[in-house]
Parts: sequence; C-alpha cells; structure tokens
Amino acid sequence: MFYREAGDFKTSYSKDEQTFPIKLDRTGYYAVMLFAFCVVPFMVNDYWASAVLLPFLIYAIAVIGLNILIGYCGQLSLGSGGFMAVGAYSSYKLMTSFPDLSMVIVILLSGLITALVGTAFGLPSLRIKGFYLAVATLAAQFFLVWLFNKVAWFYNYSASGQISAPERTIFGFYITGPNTQPAVAYLFCLAFAVGLAWVARNMTRSNTGRKWMAIRDMDIAAEIIGVNPLKAKLSAFAVSSFYIGVAGALLFSVYLGAAEVGESFGMSKSFLLVFMVIIGGLGSMFGSFAGAAFMVLLPVLLKNIMVGQLGWATDIAAHFEFVIVGLLIVIFLIVEPHGLAALWRVAKDKLRLWPFPH
Amino acid sequence: MSAGFYFGVEVFLNGLMAGVMYSLVALGFVLIFKASGIFNYAQGVMALFAAMTLVGFQNGQVPFAHLINTIFGTELHHFGWHLPAFVAILMSLGVMILFAYIVERFILKHLVNQEPIILFMATIGLAYFMEGFGDLMWGSEIKKMDVGIPQGGNLWIEESTAFLGGDGFYGFYLDTLDIYATVIAAILVVSLVVFSKYSKTGRALRAVADDHQAALSVGISLRTIWVIVWAIAGFVALVAGIMWGSKSGVQFSLSLIALKALPVLMLGGFTSIPGAIIGGMIIGVGEKMFEFLIGAPFLGGATENWFAYMLALLFLVFRPQGLFGEKIIERV
Repeated sequence: MFYREAGDFKTSYSKDEQTFPIKLDRTGYYAVMLFAFCVVPFMVNDYWASAVLLPFLIYAIAVIGLNILIGYCGQLSLGSGGFMAVGAYSSYKLMTSFPDLSMVIVILLSGLITALVGTAFGLPSLRIKGFYLAVATLAAQFFLVWLFNKVAWFYNYSASGQISAPERTIFGFYITGPNTQPAVAYLFCLAFAVGLAWVARNMTRSNTGRKWMAIRDMDIAAEIIGVNPLKAKLSAFAVSSFYIGVAGALLFSVYLGAAEVGESFGMSKSFLLVFMVIIGGLGSMFGSFAGAAFMVLLPVLLKNIMVGQLGWATDIAAHFEFVIVGLLIVIFLIVEPHGLAALWRVAKDKLRLWPFPH
Repeated sequence: MSAGFYFGVEVFLNGLMAGVMYSLVALGFVLIFKASGIFNYAQGVMALFAAMTLVGFQNGQVPFAHLINTIFGTELHHFGWHLPAFVAILMSLGVMILFAYIVERFILKHLVNQEPIILFMATIGLAYFMEGFGDLMWGSEIKKMDVGIPQGGNLWIEESTAFLGGDGFYGFYLDTLDIYATVIAAILVVSLVVFSKYSKTGRALRAVADDHQAALSVGISLRTIWVIVWAIAGFVALVAGIMWGSKSGVQFSLSLIALKALPVLMLGGFTSIPGAIIGGMIIGVGEKMFEFLIGAPFLGGATENWFAYMLALLFLVFRPQGLFGEKIIERV
C-alpha cells in the first residue's frame, strides 16, 4: 500500500538513476543512517561493541571487497585472510614508523599497500580460470602468512612474534589501545563502512562496474565487445584488496588490538569471508551487510543458547556450532542460492502488491 | 660420492613417498570432479571422519557418548569390546557408503544444475558439518590408530644401502609405513583404472564424466552413479585416513591434508587419475628438495606450507589445465 512506485514521478535523469527509487526505501535508508550515527553511539556498551557491532562493520567492509571480486567480477578468491594480514601488518608498520600520522591516513595507506599486493597476486587470473584460480589464490594465503611469521622486520623483532597496536587518538579521543571508548571505535568503523559502501555501490554501477560484470558473465564475449580483461580483472583485484586491506587494518588496530598472523588471519578467515559473501548474496551491497551480520550474530547467539541457557560444556558447544553453521550453509544453498539479498528482494516484491495482490 | 649427495637422494626418496600420500587424497577429489563436476572440498574431512570411525569401532567407543552424558547425566564411554582391524575397516566402509547415500539424497539431488561455485560452497558447508559431527560422535582428542601396519624406519633398506656411502652415511632411512602407502596407492590406482575400463559400472562412470545429458539419454541413472562415486571417494578417503592416521595419529590436522592435495590437483589436472599420482610425486619431491636445498639453509624453514602452491601456480601459468587435464576449449 505504501511501498510502491506509483505517484513517485521522476523528473530528471539523476532522480531516475538513484540507488533507492522507491520513496519508502529512501526514507528507511536515511532513518537507518540517522539511527546508526546519532542514536547507537549513546546506547552502545563494551559488550555490544566488541561482540557484535565492531566485527559486523569491519567484516562488512571486507565482504564488500570480496563481493566485488567474486560477485561482480566472477573471480573466486580464497586468499582474503592473507590480504587482511597485509592490511594489518602495514598499518602496524605505519603506526610504529610514523607516530604522528593520522589514523585515517594510516588505514587508507594500508588499504593501498594491500591493493598493490592483491594486484600482484591477481596477475595469474589472466591465464587461469575457475577453480584453478581459487586454488591459486590459496598460494597467496599460505605465502603471506608464512612471510609475516618468518620475517621479523614485519613484527618489529618482538619476542612473541605478535603485533600490538600502540595508542593513537583522533580529535582527542583514543581510537586504539586499551583506553578506547566503545562509542568512538564504533563511530570510526561506521564512518569507514558507510563511506566505502557508498563508493562501492557507485563504482559497481559505473563504467568500471559494468566491465567487471561483463567479464563475470563471459570473459571471452566481453573481450570481443571491447572490454580489456587485463584492466578489468586487475582493477577488480586492486579495489577488492583495498577494501579487504582496510578491513584488516581496522580489525587489527581498532578491534583486536593485538594479533598473531596464523591465528587471526588464517585459512578459516578466508572461508568465513566467502561464506558471508555467499549467504549474503553474490553481487549485492545489501547482501554484503546482511551476510556479515548473519555470520557475526550466529555464533554469539548459539553460544548464548548452548552455554548460557543449557549449560553445556564449551567444547560440545563449539562442535555443535560447526555442525549448525555447516548445515545452515548447505540449507541456504539449497533453498536460496542467491542468499539473503534474494530473500529481501522477494519480500519487497511481495510488499509492492500487498495487501491487494490482484 | 659424498654423504651430502646421498642425503639428497634420501630426501628425494622420502619426498616421493610423501607425494604418494598426497596423491591418495587427491585421488578422491579427481574421482568426484570427473563424475559430477563438483570440487569436493570435504575430501580431507572425509578422510578424518573415516579414520575416526575406524578407531571408534575398533576400540568399541559409544558414539555421541559425551553429548549423551551431558544431556542425560549418564556415564557411557565404551561398549567394552575390541574389534579386529579387518572387521572395523569393513564397518567403516559401510558407514562411508551410507554417508555417500545421504549426501546424494539430501544435498546433491537438490543442487543439480547449480553453478559450480555454489556446489563448491556446499561441500565446504559439508566439511564444516562433518568436522563438528565427527567430533561430537567420537570426541575430539587425539587418537592412536593401529591396524597392524608396522611403523618406524625400514632396517633392511638401511642396512643394505649402508655400503654406498663413506663416513657419516648409514644407509637410506625410509619409513616402512610410507613404503606400504606407496604399494597400496599403486594397487588402488591400478584397480580403479581396471574398474573404470572393464566393468559395466565403470563404463557408466566414464559416460557420465563425458556428458551428463548424453549419459542420461542412454538410460544411465545419474543419481546411482553419484552414490557410487561418492562411495568410492569415501573408500579412498578411508584408505588415506588409515595411512595418515597411522602415521601421525587421528586428529584435527588430518583434515588439513586436503589443502596439501589441492596443489597436486592443480599440477596434475582436475580430471586425470594418473595426473593425481604424478602431480603428487612432483609436489612431494619438489617441496622436500626445496626445503632441503634452499628453504632450511636460506629462508628460515617451514617453506613446505606454501612451496607446493607456488610451484603449481608457476606451472599453471604455462599450462592452465594442468599436466594431464583435458584441454579447456571455450566457445562464446
């Protein structure tokens, strides 16, 4: 009744092309933004920030990046954990080498460094396709983790081999280290997530994004109609790695505070990100956020139910978590292979006709 | 000849046998990929699960004992019997065949005609599920596997080759278990090739691998073939699980051998059984020799984790379908 295009007349091209063409969507979007920026920071406490909100926002950034590569450009990558490690270690090196550098610049520079590394590992994609490429990206994962473990320069020769973020402030508020206010860390990550999502959304419907999608749908055909596969594939790798690098830098500096490469950025992280992309929905911005939220909330929920309510031992709960996550992934793929984003789309289509479907 | 040269040869031989162990896992991948185009990430976890089941049966463990005890407050642990290895292996094989049927019935049937990436993701989900399920069923502690394969170095080879070197060389040290594994892998490959060449089912398998629709139209049941293929892959996983489990104990890291098998597949080609064997040998020898000659002296060691991938990657740049894979022909 309220959710419909009728009566919402578009009088200019820019209005016709806007991201949310339906008025209720637009209002909803502004309301969510207002809520996220102005209400949540006053309500957030330490538990919510560290268990739910921060990982959600940071993973959402990484998932957008991976979605650009898998969902928009069709190149399956299993090396994102390694690229997150590149972001984390570059931010660590930048923070310790240039103590006066603003954190925003540190994070963005880490993203750029990761983009360079990602482009280098994207080079084989010009020759190799499909699963062969997916396995080839695992080379990046293993090599990078080994590199950060073995070369002491990356962790400043610390005895434990760990990296830990020094204290930094932004506008006088602590943003890293033990004195960080949850609200400040939340706002910092939120600003990055919203800004980067906005850029990604607009990039995917620009010239560049259309080229990516042409490559995804059929690379030979795309080449014939004049898309340069070298530029398209490498730019997808670069942009995707930039996002993943930013997420890695935020994960290490703002969220974790201290990290060890094999534990924080191992294979399981790569798979987690791919799950988020698949469950959220390939090639969808909303899906990226939804997938990240789902995979962050699910373990918290399961743990609360099994350990908190039923009082089971933590190891049984951990095994059950594996069983349930595995089952959910399979069920999701069977019921809705296009993820939460497709469910959302179906719901909106239904809503359009509600309550008079004929 | 200097002792250093003989050590090199020894590393080479050990690499060859490690490679055969990788191929055992890679074989399962190839079988399923050929028959259904599914890249089965769960192969490693299947090996772990098969090994756990075998040990569980052998020691008479009560399945889900920990869980049942937690919910009902009972004190169950063991049935109190000890099965001979052969019976336990047969029972585990039965479980793997049942598993193949369940996978086909509840997962593959519903995912026909989906994109390969969706199927791949489903097998990752399956891998997660089995990992948790296996731990719930048999417990997650490290178990010792004993099916009667002798362990340790092979004295006979060591003594009979000792005359070769001079000072500081006492003959080649080869693990008896690895020699067994090599022989078993050879038998497995030969029997698989014979099976797929000369039996009726084998011909049907090859037909399905060639073209699903054509196979369907001459009356081959795809679903039966898939159950058979997954059962064979389960059998291969059981063999790999026995070998790796006897070598290093049945524990979580067993499932990570799947990651070792991936570069083998890339190198040998996803669709070739001999490719899996030869690729495994190249990878095994390559990573051991690299670690021996360059990795340990110059790079600080532990290069085995990534060298196989880098080697496979370099290789693929020149031959994108792997060593023995079918040539990829693309049409618009």
